Amino acid sequence: MSDATDKLVGIVLVSHSAAVAASVAELATGLAGGGTTAPVAPAGGTADGGLGTSAELISAAAASVDRGAGVAVLTDLGSAVLTVKALLAEGDELPDRTRLVDAPFVEGAVAAVVTASAGADLAAVEAAAAEAYAYRKE
Amino acid sequence: MLDADFFRRWMTATAASVDREAERLTDLDSPIGDADHGSNMQRGFIAVVATLEKEAPDTPGAVLMLAGRQLISTVGGASGPLYGTLLRRTGKELGDAAEVDEAQFTDALRTGVDAVMTLGGAAPGDKTMIDALVPAVDALEDSFTAARAAAEEGALATTPLQARKGRASYLGERSIGHQDPGATSSALLIAALAETAGESDE
Repeated sequence: MSDATDKLVGIVLVSHSAAVAASVAELATGLAGGGTTAPVAPAGGTADGGLGTSAELISAAAASVDRGAGVAVLTDLGSAVLTVKALLAEGDELPDRTRLVDAPFVEGAVAAVVTASAGADLAAVEAAAAEAYAYRKE
Repeated sequence: MLDADFFRRWMTATAASVDREAERLTDLDSPIGDADHGSNMQRGFIAVVATLEKEAPDTPGAVLMLAGRQLISTVGGASGPLYGTLLRRTGKELGDAAEVDEAQFTDALRTGVDAVMTLGGAAPGDKTMIDALVPAVDALEDSFTAARAAAEEGALATTPLQARKGRASYLGERSIGHQDPGATSSALLIAALAETAGESDE
């Protein structure tokens, strides 16, 4: 378990908007509660502050949360998804064991950060985030 | 035979064409997209030309891989990873040969187009860049000029289609009647290819 807390899975939140990515990171970290929380980095908007996706911001965010246990990347839509997939295809742009997690952005981020903060491995973080799709609101 | 210089000139010609047509691409992207396709493509290809000048890659594959990498980094919209993947996969397929013939290039470009379809999940008829690129690759087996005509025809043929991918798909039937900006910029890319090949013939 000590190994698990030393090496938490990192979470990267990629949105078209810097404000959305930062807010969801704040929300997810806040809901993860006290104690150690997993490293979370937002990568929102373009490098010059506009709406869109920046490969540079994503790579930097992923490097900043990598503790050797893998990195789970959650995205919103369109270019955010495609850019992460393209970076993964490059092979050397993102840390080893980086995964694009297929999950709803906000709910998935909360599930991922809570699970990662509990010391879960990358597969468990991915499963928890993906499970958020099954949560119906009606 | 096509050498690194040919591919550099193709990228430069594409950059010039995107620059000339940026306003039209953005106008096309205004009713069905988020009105940034022209400026995004312009930014991407300016970066491509600058990097190719600075790093001077010396094989066809290296030129296209470097150009693709720049597009992924700098475009900021979905066209970045899509065009980036197109050029990178094509370049990767060409390997480290110093020169390639037209048949090898056609095969490599087909691999690149397939990779774009896999990445974006789009098929012909979805009102995307694929509607210009697939007919272009098919026609490239005949000639560069045929590829240019096929890409332009393919782009024009997107007008009556309903978008099934990307932001335009949210508009449903309201996407009908507008030419797809991605197919239009793909036609510019192929036209620049034909233009570059024409110069080589002279």
